[in-house]
Amino acid sequence: MPEIRLLSTSGILGYGFPEESLNAGLARKPHMVGCDGGSSDPGPYYLGSGKPFASPMAIRRDLRLMLKGAIEHGIPMVVGTCGGAGGAPHLELVAAMVRDIAAEEGLHFRMALIHAEQDKSLIKRRIAEGRSRPLGRMKPLDADTVDRADRIVGMMGPEPYMRALDEGAQVVLGGRSSDPAPFAAVAMRAQLPPAPSWYAGKMLECGATPSIPKGHDCLLVTVRDDGVECEPTNPIRRCTPVSVANHSLHENSSPIHHYEPGGMLDTSDCRFDALTDRAVKVSGMRWEKADAYSVKLEAVEKIGYRAISICGTRDPLLISTLAPFLQSVKANVRAKAQDFGVAPEEYTLTIRSYGHDGVMAEREPVHDIAGHELGFLIDVVAQDPDRAAAVLAMARTNMLHTDFPGRLCREGNMAFPFSPSDIPAGPVFRFTMSHVVLPDDPCEMFPITYETI
Amino acid sequence: MALIRDIAAVCKSKNAGPFDLTIDVVFDNDDLFERVRATGVLCPALFARLYDVAEADVLFTPYPAGRAFKATFPRLVPAGDIGDTDVYGCQQHAPMLDVDIPV
Repeated sequence: MPEIRLLSTSGILGYGFPEESLNAGLARKPHMVGCDGGSSDPGPYYLGSGKPFASPMAIRRDLRLMLKGAIEHGIPMVVGTCGGAGGAPHLELVAAMVRDIAAEEGLHFRMALIHAEQDKSLIKRRIAEGRSRPLGRMKPLDADTVDRADRIVGMMGPEPYMRALDEGAQVVLGGRSSDPAPFAAVAMRAQLPPAPSWYAGKMLECGATPSIPKGHDCLLVTVRDDGVECEPTNPIRRCTPVSVANHSLHENSSPIHHYEPGGMLDTSDCRFDALTDRAVKVSGMRWEKADAYSVKLEAVEKIGYRAISICGTRDPLLISTLAPFLQSVKANVRAKAQDFGVAPEEYTLTIRSYGHDGVMAEREPVHDIAGHELGFLIDVVAQDPDRAAAVLAMARTNMLHTDFPGRLCREGNMAFPFSPSDIPAGPVFRFTMSHVVLPDDPCEMFPITYETI
Repeated sequence: MALIRDIAAVCKSKNAGPFDLTIDVVFDNDDLFERVRATGVLCPALFARLYDVAEADVLFTPYPAGRAFKATFPRLVPAGDIGDTDVYGCQQHAPMLDVDIPV
């Protein structure tokens, strides 16, 4: 029975993995080595700013080991959602690293870059044609939302990866991708059915996460017609039927219905059988082809600039009157900011109280404050950095000096750990899309460029 | 009577995309999973009450293969937006820990 062995190095390119784990994986003669490079989990800033959330130093380290291993073994190296968010600057960051490393190490290969950043006019054309759909509770997509976006990426399926490999690329760097796509592509290209191919990708996109103990490390998955086998390459880790089954819970809304471009992976009838004490076979997954191929969009728009300050109180009298105190601070700030020309609608002031409801906000079920000190994060978002700084300075001063009933600490309410106490935190972005568009072809939104290194 | 903090193997929260939060409660063995399921305590109404969301917005899935229950519902604020307190959504599980399950 034909089989394809896929090696993933870790959950995110740049999270690190033991070099011995990569070598142990390569010794199993995999048909590819790959890594998912991104996630929307660190928030909208990275897609908006064009920066990676893993450090370039750490990305370069992982990339160098993977690249050397792939070229030495004559197998493809495939990275999805390069640079964390998979936009044009993110993809170029990783491509430039690959070119540098190849020059330093004397490596030669054909490289494909699959672009995922979307042209606004194409998206607006799809809206006009009625070929966009909202996901979840989103409203239908409109042209204004498209126009306001600072960056839009489409989430590619396996097809562009399959095309790049068909065209002879040994190194394939993808922009924003469905996390399993780079791995599923290699299995589907070998004529394996979509169900085990997608399932394999689901396991591999997080590296060794389906094993225990958890850690950023390598996972080898063998794909066959009737299922997949998962095994971590580091001998300190093992896959068990429950550790593998539970990976289906990770970062998704349902453990049994996984929506992907082109269809849905249904894992409700999966069987998990231990092959050894470290390897698990999964079978019984099904793939339901969708009526129409769809590509999910992610987008962000800039909503302002942030400035923050951190302080704390050790005063039990203030803690006992916290809510009215914060109300008077906010009222003072509103009046004084208006005096210097910044209207209330031009900024948002949020004061988070750690020790009270700093983690859960309105969903915090505990209302009594049990601690002897409270930490505060003063957060101002305004339309430009100067206004944010000005309102923050006023908020900081009023946290320090606003009077409250029974106050004894007349020199100041707050301990500030730093000078300067106010920190500009740069632009703030908002996620604005969770929609799909229906393309004519799975590859049309993802142009591929090739280069010989 | 038993609190989730005393009988569960895992109780965690995380983003399911930027607009939803998902909570997983996992048990150590099939027997305990089935006994918990039989009580009916873990259900959409419980999550609606603890997280102040409409019951219709809770997607609740028992997952026997993983001995787990999963509930997914809207975040208070989209991840990273103004007013968000937990960009990764991984510290929203605590109200579950004190849920009492009569097993």
